[in-house]
Amino acid sequence: MTLNGNVPSGPLANQWSEYIRHSKLVNPANKRKFEIIVVGTGLAGASAAATLAELGYKVKAYCYHDSPRRAHSVAAQGGINAAKNYQNDGDSVYRLFYDTIKGGDFRARESNVHRLAEVSVNIIDQCAAQGVPFAREYGGTLANRSFGGAQVSRTFYARGQTGQQLLLGAYQALSRQIGLGAVQMFTRHEMLDLIVVNGHAKGIVTRNLADGEIKAHTADAVVLATGGYGNCWNLSTYGRQSNATAAWRAYKKGAFFANPCYVQIHPTCIPRSGDYQSKLTLMSESLRNDGRVWVPKRKEDCGKNPNDIAEADRDYYLERKYPSFGNLAPRDISSRAAKEACDDGRGVGPGGRGVYLDFSEAIQRLGKHKVEERYGNLFDIYKEITGEDAYQVPMRIYPAIHYTMGGLWVDYSLMSNVPGLFVLGEANFSDHGANRLGASALMQGLSDGYFVIPNTINNYLATQKEKRPAADSDAAVRAANEVRDGVKKLLAIKGKRTVSDFHRELGNLMWEKCGMARDKEGLEYALREIPKLREAFWRDVNVTGEGEELNQALEKAGRVADFLELAELVCKDALHREESCGGHFRSEHQTDDGEALRHDDKFAYVAAWEFKGVGTEPDLHQEPLNYEEVKLATRSYK
Amino acid sequence: MGVSGVLLVAFLTVHMLGNLQIFLGAHALNSYAHFLKISPELLWGFRLAMLGIVAVHILAAIALTLENNGARPVDYLREKSAASYASRTMIVSGIIVALFIAYHLLHFTAHVTNPEFDLLLDEQAKPDVYGMVIAGFSNPLTVAIYLIGVLLLSWHLSHGVSSMFQSLGLRNRRSACLIDSAAYLYAVVIFAGMAAVPAAVYFKLIS
Amino acid sequence: MNVTLKVWRQSAGEKGRFERYEARNCNPNMSFLEMLDEVNEDLTNSGKEPIVFEHDCREGICGCCSLVINGEPHGPEYRVASCQTYMRSFKDGDVITIEPFRSKAFPVIKDLLVNRGAFDRIIQAGGFISVSTGSAPDANSIPVPKVSADLSMDAAACIGCGACVAACKNGAAMLFVSAKAAHLNLLPQGLAEKDRRVLAMVGTMDAEGFGSCSNTYACEAACPKGITVDFIAKLNRDYALASVRTKLLGTDVAA
Repeated sequence: MTLNGNVPSGPLANQWSEYIRHSKLVNPANKRKFEIIVVGTGLAGASAAATLAELGYKVKAYCYHDSPRRAHSVAAQGGINAAKNYQNDGDSVYRLFYDTIKGGDFRARESNVHRLAEVSVNIIDQCAAQGVPFAREYGGTLANRSFGGAQVSRTFYARGQTGQQLLLGAYQALSRQIGLGAVQMFTRHEMLDLIVVNGHAKGIVTRNLADGEIKAHTADAVVLATGGYGNCWNLSTYGRQSNATAAWRAYKKGAFFANPCYVQIHPTCIPRSGDYQSKLTLMSESLRNDGRVWVPKRKEDCGKNPNDIAEADRDYYLERKYPSFGNLAPRDISSRAAKEACDDGRGVGPGGRGVYLDFSEAIQRLGKHKVEERYGNLFDIYKEITGEDAYQVPMRIYPAIHYTMGGLWVDYSLMSNVPGLFVLGEANFSDHGANRLGASALMQGLSDGYFVIPNTINNYLATQKEKRPAADSDAAVRAANEVRDGVKKLLAIKGKRTVSDFHRELGNLMWEKCGMARDKEGLEYALREIPKLREAFWRDVNVTGEGEELNQALEKAGRVADFLELAELVCKDALHREESCGGHFRSEHQTDDGEALRHDDKFAYVAAWEFKGVGTEPDLHQEPLNYEEVKLATRSYK
Repeated sequence: MGVSGVLLVAFLTVHMLGNLQIFLGAHALNSYAHFLKISPELLWGFRLAMLGIVAVHILAAIALTLENNGARPVDYLREKSAASYASRTMIVSGIIVALFIAYHLLHFTAHVTNPEFDLLLDEQAKPDVYGMVIAGFSNPLTVAIYLIGVLLLSWHLSHGVSSMFQSLGLRNRRSACLIDSAAYLYAVVIFAGMAAVPAAVYFKLIS
Repeated sequence: MNVTLKVWRQSAGEKGRFERYEARNCNPNMSFLEMLDEVNEDLTNSGKEPIVFEHDCREGICGCCSLVINGEPHGPEYRVASCQTYMRSFKDGDVITIEPFRSKAFPVIKDLLVNRGAFDRIIQAGGFISVSTGSAPDANSIPVPKVSADLSMDAAACIGCGACVAACKNGAAMLFVSAKAAHLNLLPQGLAEKDRRVLAMVGTMDAEGFGSCSNTYACEAACPKGITVDFIAKLNRDYALASVRTKLLGTDVAA
């Protein structure tokens, strides 16, 4: 079936204003009659909940943390892009739009991306007014930097804590509405199902994590802003609680899941030090400006002290393979090259999963002082985690899962194919195509929450007067009972293996077969193994404790159960997409230089999958990507 | 606490300077004492004001301690606090100092402990404060009580004075070092100045 | 390395007690929370309930983790959260005590996990700038002196973990409240509401059952983000001026 993105007609630059102009408005007196559920209070969710409440809607917001301020948006370091052109360096809405489309390897929907670039400027205004302490020049104006290889300086930042500060801005706006009584906040509440009535999303079922109470909540519309699914790979830069459960259960209730195979891998993370590892920590990519990446030429040197390995015995593989870009080769290319070196048995550090990032040449050239000035805080983080002094011995780095571009399918208004279900931020698939540019995740989350959803949800609500079911209606009660049964089922197994054990096994399988580079054979292997693992999980998992209390093992079990299903869809999507693009690299589809080879004639579409039952083949729906403004081109980094 | 603390510190400074006049001889100290008592209305007004300030300081301390103990109902098994010992024991040093002040008032002001002080008169037939001090500090137990009381007072001040600036919003990173050092110095000066009198009398440096 | 843990265990409605566990074969490069993960795996495998503790980002920014390790909030290392404490900070054979943050305003929900909702309610009372989406002027139309922006950022670095409250013998929340108030009060954008904000936040802080500050500065030493007590002095000042203006003079900083 062909999907329609419901993009407004007319020239790209006018579409958003045309859309707003033709929107149905909800009378201020009627707004308070509508209830909206917002799930997740990261950048997208908190900004949406606050803004919708400001407009006069009754909002109920849910998060599984103890406070809305803890969502993993908080961990974003680098910055947020906006086409302000404050630096007078030739930036514009069009340029930001084009860079984002190109960065996404021409697999994003043009109209959405253009709108994102347009509202980016409003985001900065809004955040500055909220008191986000952006970096400033001495004259009091905002400072910018160039980020992620962009040719213009359009990134706004607040030290290395931009995500934290933007989240606090949204959290404060949300808190203000909670204080005013316009938002009812449910902390420590995890969404475990979507309530669908007559085909429309009309509520959710939650479990109160503090006491285990399972309850149905109904509303006129449901907004999901529940983040990405990177923890499907177990080890990632995500928070340990980040999960796909809300999105996945919506998928199982009929929402389409788009492009699940588009996953971003970040090349400069601190490698794992053992099987106990719980998460990977990102180190700024800027390190590659002065550090040189290498591994020993001979396998038998891998155990040696790196300082004892002679220059001639080192393989500076990025400089060798990509002479013009060298150590600055793009994220995906340098990630794959690191994996190849380690697969070749030449990896260093525990488990042979790491490569050196060496600053000795930079220290000689610039002096230790200069290196310290540029990267001192990163060297400190490295030392804190590894106990090693990177001024003395080379750093060890390795790629890690960092962001998922795929997510629930939404149209231009951010509504999924299930009417009344809106999806924002990383949870949707919409704006980054096959790869996300640095400093664009924060921009998208806030764009969706502050500026898009308040102008699109009205079109749906205007048709929904008095259609909200009661919390004790049949559909709501049935959904809550289903969730109760699911929890009981998990607790009843009392098998022999822990939840973490299954998660680790799934993660390893996904990392090996559906990580940086994928091929048919590996994906088919994974597709045979995942159902077996899932089956073993439901037979042999050991979830301790009871359902009617705070039970972290139970929380995790539900999430891993969903990852065990989602992983299969990711592999299916990766297998079906017989091309390489952005974060999806199929070894069979590469140029002679090892570059991603797209097949625009066959795959210039969004792959949106429809659930047909666990273990049953999902249906594929395609939304063709019609590029009216830009011409499809090939990236080159030679 | 901060505002009453400022007033008490001011009083304490003047009190110490007054005491030290004993080293200028009997005449100097007695005429200072007589000067303070020129007007009974002023004297009692001042005494009541000081008692009021002390009462405010003590009542605030009691209220604060009760509230603060209630705010941490369960203690850690073995707490390792970075806070200074003086700062954590203000209520203890405060109680001891309060008891000492009570004794001090009964001793030298009301003469309850030593009614014979009423009989000491100088050549102008006015109360002989100098003689009273000499007589008062001839007893080693009294001297010991005074030294301990003054020591605890200084201990209390070593945190209290700097804390006062913080509570009034007048301390920051830049001035912290200066304020804290000045506060310590002040505590030491108060101890030296206050302890000098009983010590000097006891060791017969003045008589 | 092997260590012995004395861990606080407490279920809803229970009084709570310490339990001893052995953590065997710890790698010095393990984080403290990873060590607890492993202990929990062992407990689960032996049919016991794992230890409940709050955690998420594990890189010291979300503010979830909240352990008192050997009597110190966030453990022995300077300026790090519990999740950034590594086993190399301990010795083989150590007995390590692990307790929840202790304060009346942070009741224990289970084991080492406490309810810090009081912090949210303080922010809801006034820890914001009242600017609805869409009403903001161009970001460069209000210049912010770099010094103010930097100082504001120092305060805004607070992760809301509550270690300041846990470290304070008075269970006072002054470091948190002062940092949150200073973050906004230092910016021109936050000036209009300054007096209202300070009075509302302090009022809510008192109502939530936090103790009063007695300037011991234990909070500063425990703060994983290095928030300084300068902000407490500033809050005291701002509060005094706001009280005089609002309660005595019937005016406001903005009037």
